Amino acid sequence: MFKILEKKMLNPTICKLVVEAPRIAAAAQPGQFLMVRADEPGERIPLTISDYDREKGTVTLAIQPIGASTRSMVNDFAEGDSFADVAGPLGNPSDFVKMSPEELAGERVVFIAGGLGTAPVYPQAKWLHEHGVPVDVIIGARTKDLLIYEEEFKSVADNLYMCTDDGSYGFKGVGTARLEALVAEGKSYTRAVAIGPMIMMKFATLTCKKLGIPIQVSMNTLMVDGTGMCGACRVSVGGVTKFACVDGPEFDGYLVDFDEAMRRSAQYKAEEGLANGK
Amino acid sequence: MANRIPRVPVREQDPKVRAHNFDEVCYGYNLEEAMLEASRCLHCKNPRCVTACPVGVKIPDFIAYVAAGDIAGASAKIAEDSSLPAVCGRVCPQESQCEGSCVLGVRGEPVSIGKLERFVADYSASEGPAAEVKTAPEGARKVAVIGSGPAGLACATDLAKAGYAVTIFEALHKAGGVLEYGIPEFRLPKEKVLKRELDAVRALGVKIELDVIIGRTVTIDSLMDKEGFEAVFIGTGAGLPKFMGIPGENLNGVFSANEFLTRNNLMKAFRDDYRTPIHAGAKVCVVGGGNVAMDAARTALRLGAETTIVYRRTEVELPARKEEVHHAKEEGIDFRMLTNPVEILGDERGWVRALKCVRMELGEPDESGRRRPVEVPGSEFEIPTETVIMALGTSPNPLVARTTPGLETTRRGGLVADDAGATTRPGVFAGGDAVTGAATVILAMGAGRKAAAAIDAYLRSK
Ligand SMILES: Cc1cc2nc3c(=O)[nH]c(=O)nc-3n(C[C@H](O)[C@H](O)[C@H](O)COP(=O)(O)OP(=O)(O)OC[C@H]3O[C@@H](n4cnc5c(N)ncnc54)[C@H](O)[C@@H]3O)c2cc1C
Ligand SMILES: Cc1cc2nc3c(=O)[nH]c(=O)nc-3n(C[C@H](O)[C@H](O)[C@H](O)COP(=O)(O)OP(=O)(O)OC[C@H]3O[C@@H](n4cnc5c(N)ncnc54)[C@H](O)[C@@H]3O)c2cc1C
Ligand code: SF4
Ligand code: SF4
Ligand code: FES
Repeated sequence: MFKILEKKMLNPTICKLVVEAPRIAAAAQPGQFLMVRADEPGERIPLTISDYDREKGTVTLAIQPIGASTRSMVNDFAEGDSFADVAGPLGNPSDFVKMSPEELAGERVVFIAGGLGTAPVYPQAKWLHEHGVPVDVIIGARTKDLLIYEEEFKSVADNLYMCTDDGSYGFKGVGTARLEALVAEGKSYTRAVAIGPMIMMKFATLTCKKLGIPIQVSMNTLMVDGTGMCGACRVSVGGVTKFACVDGPEFDGYLVDFDEAMRRSAQYKAEEGLANGK
Repeated sequence: MANRIPRVPVREQDPKVRAHNFDEVCYGYNLEEAMLEASRCLHCKNPRCVTACPVGVKIPDFIAYVAAGDIAGASAKIAEDSSLPAVCGRVCPQESQCEGSCVLGVRGEPVSIGKLERFVADYSASEGPAAEVKTAPEGARKVAVIGSGPAGLACATDLAKAGYAVTIFEALHKAGGVLEYGIPEFRLPKEKVLKRELDAVRALGVKIELDVIIGRTVTIDSLMDKEGFEAVFIGTGAGLPKFMGIPGENLNGVFSANEFLTRNNLMKAFRDDYRTPIHAGAKVCVVGGGNVAMDAARTALRLGAETTIVYRRTEVELPARKEEVHHAKEEGIDFRMLTNPVEILGDERGWVRALKCVRMELGEPDESGRRRPVEVPGSEFEIPTETVIMALGTSPNPLVARTTPGLETTRRGGLVADDAGATTRPGVFAGGDAVTGAATVILAMGAGRKAAAAIDAYLRSK
């Protein structure tokens, strides 16, 4: 059993959970995810590692309730309760984790985070910051209330840019528009990382292509096992079928077939509707 | 050599009824039926049945106990060679192993060895006292077993009996390997049979740590260097699904049999009180002809779909157990033999609408001696369907090999291991599907037991 040590709403829709999982905390790297099953009748769902503390033996999750499983995790579990299963860390760490100090020396990274995608960006930005790489972070949300992690990012990002669609806070407009404005002002980046809804990652990729910046995206496909056993997480990358859980979850955005990926995500929509009643 | 008593038929659920539920198909023998069937055995001096059993269960001996009504005696006899009789009695391909070689089969029907073995296991479990729970002796040497399928369970059982402190590490949230996530409830009931076998393993003092993915959560090196495990057995199976590489395979509604079966078995999607969704629709096509294909098709049928099996050779070559093919037909599954998919066709929303196939005919024999199917030119046709399930076989997961320096694999992805299971890394042994590629429960179990003996010898000499 995996005990929930801390639970906190980060904003009206996103919940942060700190969970006891010493083996996972000891092995976790930025970019990896977990498979979590709340209770016996629950589904196994993938959730990104939003932070980890090796000493305390904890991992942090940020969950946005959108369906039966995520809702149950947020609404039915309190501090002191336990999730039945937490397995991981799964997937490959972000590319830069494997880079040597020399390779890292020339890097200037920009993160484009959308909504819930903000949380998984945090361990990556933190890692780069600790390794001396300049990091800019652009966080976008519909409105001010939905922005998260502003305080946390202040200590790991060289520059933090907050954006809201309605202009209620920071830049008025989407994150990609902010990126274009920054490049127009003379900023340059060696790589971009986008994490958020697939549609947002698709547009971030188009923008980066236009600006000539290489971009990694984190594919949040459907998953069952997360270990390469089922193929539910298939994505086409450069015309080749990949399993997001073992070959990813991060891929070269230029090569990802986002339209197929978005279509595949809705595969269980009818059945999920039924599960919501359960 | 004839026998005047006909083979005692086994009671089964009515095909029309069972096509709509997930309860076990076969009810098994009762004591009276089992004793009658046991009386058919001729107790051959050189029993060919024993030679044909991969683990050499002493068949005439255990059957003699059954004939005498001494089921506890029969159970002890089987336990000398098999640690999962309730499972093997249900899923072994008996027609090509023990029963396939029984002398009675020459002129009539072989002894129903599998059903008798199953009876003994079920009967002893329901009548006998629960095993007392042991713990490993103080200061016992530690061995790690990776994977809780039949190979891992058998290895752990023997090592625990030999006095080692054994921990099984399992990636999934339930133990049992394919027995849990692959083989459906209607062939192998999870609560009634599998849980019982797992409890028996735990009762020997074996610890099972779930949700630990070796190679990700912790590596073999850290188990050996930091956690004090002196030897490791790898029984990680062959869980990686294959796809055909034909156009349309990423359409919505195309699944691997592993995904379909895992959702239904491990995640219990068929039950209303579980949250995992599963998609079958009104029509399902399953591609393949092995046990996996039969299980996927019969699961789809039970979820309410009209189901077709598409296989490129003929019925004679179907690699599935005969009993499963027979059951599938009784339940109303449509078999399209000599048919090979070439493309999956989608509708404007990106969902499957049909499977495009070609007809095949049998040509010259290939390396395996089976006649190779060749396409009949211009024979394309479409089978309308909502769902396509690919059951084309599986290969070993590369994760452990990739994260363990010094562990070699073959070209086909299997771990390199000698007869006793020793890999290219000292102290690391392997067996089952992880070495051979997809095979059978009994072979995996046999490999696990051999490796246990080799590990014992290795640790004694160390
Ligand atoms: C690698 C990875 C990391 C992830 N990290 C996080 C995380 O840190 N926090 C978090 O809250 N979520 C994360 N997700 C997404 C999360 O797994 C899904 O939201 C969850 O599985 C939905 O389950 P549910 O039963 O609550 O909703 P469902 O009832 O399954 O889904 C509700 C609706 O959302 C759609 N949907 C389901 N899953 C997805 C998806 N992955 N992408 C797009 N649409 C989808 C369904 O079609 C349905 O219409 C991640 C996914 C992946 C693959
Ligand atoms: C649907 C289906 C039906 C079948 N029907 C029959 C049948 O009727 N008769 C028959 O004899 N055989 C049948 N088989 C084949 C048989 O089940 C297998 O040959 C047998 O289970 C192999 O046993 P194993 O212990 O080697 O591996 P598995 O049973 O595959 O178990 C391996 C275990 O290791 C775990 N694992 C993998 N990687 C890791 C890791 N890195 N860390 C931790 N754990 C890990 C897996 O999660 C799994 O639980 C069937 C197979 C399938 C898929
Ligand atoms: S283990 Fe399998 S092959 Fe051996 S006797 Fe039992 S059913 Fe037959
Ligand atoms: S071959 Fe048949 S008849 Fe002979 S001992 Fe074996 S089961 Fe009995
Ligand atoms: S989630 Fe099953 S293979 Fe990726």
